[in-house]
Order: sequence, then structure tokens, then C-alpha cells
Amino acid sequence: MSSVIEVNNLSKSFILSHEGKEAYTALRDVISNRAKKIFSFPGWMKPSEKKSKELFWALKDVNFTIEEGNRIGIIGRNGAGKSTLLKILSRITDITSGSIKIKGRVASLLEVGTGFHPELTGRENIFLNGAILGMSRREIRSQFDAIVDFAEVERFLDTPVKRYSSGMYVRLAFAVAAHLEPEILVVDEVLAVGDAQFQKKCLGKMEDVSNNDGRTVLFVSHNMGVIQQLCNQTLLLKAGRVEGFDKTKVIIDQYISGMQQYDEAYVVNERNAAAKPNHFNRIALTNKANTITSDFNFEENMILDFTFSITNPSNTLQIGIGLNDKYQSRVFTILKPVSFFKNDGTNFHGRLMLPAGLIAPNDYSFAFAIWEKNGRVHDYIDNICSCRIHDTGTDLALYEGSDNGSIIIQPSWLEQ
Amino acid sequence: MAVKNSEQQWSLVIEPGKAGKNYWKDIWRYRELFYILSWRDIKVRYKQTVIGAAWSIIRPVLTTIIFTIVFSKVANMNNPGNAPYALMVFAGMLPWQFFSNALSESSNSLIGNANLITKVYFPRMIIPASSVITSLVDFAISFGILLCMFAWYRYIPSWHILFLPLFIILAFLCAIGIGLYLTAVNVKYRDFRYIIPFIVQFGLYISPVGFSSSVVPEKYRLLYSLNPMAGVIDGFRWCLLGDAINIQSFALSVTITFIFVFIGIYYFRKMEKSFADNI
Repeated sequence: MSSVIEVNNLSKSFILSHEGKEAYTALRDVISNRAKKIFSFPGWMKPSEKKSKELFWALKDVNFTIEEGNRIGIIGRNGAGKSTLLKILSRITDITSGSIKIKGRVASLLEVGTGFHPELTGRENIFLNGAILGMSRREIRSQFDAIVDFAEVERFLDTPVKRYSSGMYVRLAFAVAAHLEPEILVVDEVLAVGDAQFQKKCLGKMEDVSNNDGRTVLFVSHNMGVIQQLCNQTLLLKAGRVEGFDKTKVIIDQYISGMQQYDEAYVVNERNAAAKPNHFNRIALTNKANTITSDFNFEENMILDFTFSITNPSNTLQIGIGLNDKYQSRVFTILKPVSFFKNDGTNFHGRLMLPAGLIAPNDYSFAFAIWEKNGRVHDYIDNICSCRIHDTGTDLALYEGSDNGSIIIQPSWLEQ
Repeated sequence: MAVKNSEQQWSLVIEPGKAGKNYWKDIWRYRELFYILSWRDIKVRYKQTVIGAAWSIIRPVLTTIIFTIVFSKVANMNNPGNAPYALMVFAGMLPWQFFSNALSESSNSLIGNANLITKVYFPRMIIPASSVITSLVDFAISFGILLCMFAWYRYIPSWHILFLPLFIILAFLCAIGIGLYLTAVNVKYRDFRYIIPFIVQFGLYISPVGFSSSVVPEKYRLLYSLNPMAGVIDGFRWCLLGDAINIQSFALSVTITFIFVFIGIYYFRKMEKSFADNI
């Protein structure tokens, strides 16, 4: 086997400027700053007025080599650099230093249905999306029937996709992508959408692609179960560096054991805040005394205290909160419309208490999302507020270490 | 492990700042995307607004009527050529409308396609270029109106009209040169888009749309030709109406157009690398 991707000392930095809350540079600011400079002597400027700019390394000295035909999982906490790595491999952003050598055509699937236009029909969108993903018209035409078949949308081919259900939309979008024939396929967490059956189909397709055709797949996911199922090797990133690259089983164990408690609140970084009009500002997991902690007793209430900003309001905006177990499988999900929350203009505040004596002693983490009802996700953060629930004398305490599920319920026994 | 592979085997080497090594080859490779994006823009434009097509007839016709009344009747200007005043205005309106549409469409095109830019790689120049093509459709519709006007005034254009494609290309280059520059600036400074309508408005009055460029005093002629659209409009009038053309000032306008194309491409390429991070 020969290597298809070789990454040497790859680094990527962003400049974070702490000037203001603007999401982008505005000409008026540039002009007024220049004017200020002209009309003031250098000595007059107070240190605090000087621009504070900070270099942020999204990736630092990353090295790895990927051999042909492997399915590589890429995992890591939020901000570890997973998305940046994918964007670099797909040539969307430039790198700061180092080099990457790639053999073969790379197709990247960072989002389902990139470029889909709601006004165009399913048939038209297949051609549009295919071209955007780098297929030629001839390729699309030869795969057209297979795509339609895979997506199960024959009857709606000539309907504008704005009338599609979200399931149909996702199926069609993934079907186009699944019929790409690049040597290297780069996939972001797009499988998080769609129904279970379709997800299975997609996973099967991805497995086929690499087993039968010897193509290489790079796959980012937070779902350890899927990674375990799909990938034979896994790359673990932590704060922009490679923490491990080995067989999937080895890396997942390393990741889970390293995912120990962090007694701190999630606070949005400026890059994310600037990029997303609707985002979470702060999310903290506290006990009843309002102390941030990650250790709870089984009989203790957990309180989630969070704030978020909405600068691009819409009346279909929803907040979702999910609890994940240590394999990143969802235990439960709570949904609320944004209008439910108290706000002072753009900032919203929510406080949620989870019942005590329900969630089984184990390790968990939370996921938070803001999205629109018809599907667009504005902010999604997972793997935050990780916590451990300690057993303080349940019937299962004796069997610690064995998997007895994620909740303990108090059923009513009839006829005892 | 690197020793195992000789350099020639790699089909792509990504190094800092060298993203544009195969740029023009890539544009050729992505030509289908260019066709399909143009097709999408055209399709969506005429699908979304029922009056989409009507609008591209109403606007030039009304403007022409107003300009004809204001410049010929109110300001008492005459056409030095032998065509009716309204026809002269429309022959100038044709390239101007194309230019101004192309400019506003292309300068907003990257922001409008931000989702593509942050999710897939392709030479970014395809987006503003394909939006200029959309304006070409409006141009074709307006050209149909011109033919109707020819019939109305019983005017038969001379053999000069055979050169029209050359002048359309010139108008296209002019639009794309300035368009690329404005597009890139627009991504960097988001409030720049408020200035663009003003530039277009201003351009309408300093270009010889409502009047013939021969009314400009001789000593200012060369200065006036620094406006690249002056050359394009004069060229159109020469083609369609057989108006006299000042070769010297026309050559200057063409040179300026090519300089704009060069600057536009250069600046766009320079900014392109950071589009995905800035948008």
C-alpha cells in the first residue's frame, strides 16, 4: 500500500483581533482609525486603545501519513482543529506553514446539500450539486439513475426542493455525494442528519467505497459508535496537535480516558462568536449551590445555566439540549423554542434543572444547539459540561463497571 | 516514509501561499461549474420574479424616455449624428445597463454564495464571472428592444454592426475588471456595498449615456476618455448608428479597460486566499 496523503509540520493560525464585536471589518472603522492616527501624536495614544491582536493556532505542527484504502476517523473535542483540518485538506483555506501532499482527486463533503437551491427542482439540484462537488456533467448523467434510486425520490424529481420534507432533502443531497468517485473522500459530520435507516445505508455505502474500490475516506465525527463501526484507523486531535494516530479501538480508549472532568464553563471563543449570528455565549453545569462542578451524586440535582445571543432572529428558532453518554450516544433531548426564554434584547438566559435520582451513575456530557425548525443549524456544541455521576448506594453500586444503561427508574411493582 | 514516494507521484502539493499555482488550469477544469452556476442564476432570476423578464424591458425603456426628454427637450441638446435622439440614448443605455447590472450583481455575488465558499474548493473567480453572464441575458432582451426601435424609426444600421461582438466583449471586460475588484473589497469591508449603488449612479452621469460624447469640449476629451465606459458607449454608437468615433480617446478607454482587468484579477487573486476565513 502506498500513502495517499502526507502531512508535514502543518500549522494554521488565525489572527484574533480584540478590537470590537463586529463580525467583519467595516470600511468606516478603517477610515476613522486612520483619521485618528493622523490627528493624534503617537504618544497620546493610551496603551488600552492600541489594537490587541492575538495569534491563534488552530493547528500546530501536525504530522501524519495516510495509506491508500483506509478509513480514517478524526476525533477530538470542540476547537481541537478537526474542521480546520478538513477545510485545509479540501483546499478551502490556505495554510500558514508546512506542506501537504495528496495523491488523487479529493472530494469533500462538509455539509449536506451545499449549493442546493430551494427554487430548483430535484433533478436540477442533482446537476448543480454534482458540479459543485466536482463531477462532470457526463459523470452525473451516468450516475443519475443510481442517485435517484439511492435517494428514493423518483416521484418528486420535478418538484422544487423547497417543497421537500427535510428527510427527502437530506437523502437527495447525500445521494449525490455518495456517488462521487474521488480517490479521497473527506466527510464532516453529515451523517448526524437523516433517519436511522438512511444513516445505516450511508455508512454501508462509505464502507463499500473503501473496501471495494480501494478509496480512502476521512471522516470527522463525535459519535464514537459510528467511528468504531466505520473507521479502521483514527486520528485524535487536541488543541491543534496530534494526540494520537493508531487503530480506532486504541485511540477511542485513549480519548475516553482523557475526557475526564473539566470543572469549567463553556465560554464561546471570539472566532465562533464573530462567525455565528446566533450562538451560545456561556454554558455552565452547576449544583444547587450555584457552584460549577462536574461531580454529582446520584441523588443530586444538576443545573444547566446558559446564555445565548440571537442577532439574526427568526420565529422558528429552537434550542436543543441533549445528554450524551460516554460513547456519545444520546440519552435524551430537550427542545424549546427561543421565544420561551427571557431576554434583554439579543441576550437570552436559560436555567434548567434535571431531576435527581434518574440518570444512572456514569460519565456524561452535554450537547447544545440552536437551529431553525426547517433544518438550518446556527450553533452546535457538544462534548461540553462533561460530568460524572457517582453512585451513592443504588442497587447497581455493586456492579460498577458493567453497563446497566443510562437511567434508573422507579417503576411501580404491581401485585407484590 | 516520505522517501518512499518520489515527488512526481503527488497530484497536489499544498504549501503556504502557493494555492494559486494551477489557478488557470483549475478554472478550465471547473468550467462546467461555471456553466451550471450561470445557468442557475439565470433560471432562478426568471423563475422567482414573474416580472423578472418584464423588468429588464421596463427599466431601460423608461430611463431612455426620461433621458430623451430631459437631455433633448429640457436641456436642448442635439445629436451630432443622424439618428433620432431616443435611438442615440438607447444605444448608449444598452452597454451602460449591462455594465451597471454586471457590476452590482458581481460585487454581491461572493457574499450571496458564502455557503459555497466555506464548504467547497473551486477557483473563486467563477462566481463573479458567472453572475456577469446573467446580466448578458438582460442585455440580449434589451437588444431585442433596440431592434424594435430600429423598426419603429425605420432605421437601417450600416455594416459597422458586424463589429458589435467586439464591443460587447469590451463591455464585458470592463464590467468584470471593475467587478472583480469591487467583489474582493466587498468581502473585506462589508459596508462597502452601500457605496456601490452610488458608484453606479455617479457613473451614469459621467458616462455619455444621455448625451453624445462629442458635446464634451475638445480639450477635456482625453481626460473624459479615462472613463472606460465612455469608450464602450462610443463604440456601440459607432457600430449601431454610425456615429463618428474619436480614435485617440477610444484607444485610451480601451487601454484603461485592460488596466482595470489586470488590477481586478491581481487584487482578487491576492484576496481570494482569505475569502473563506473572512466571509
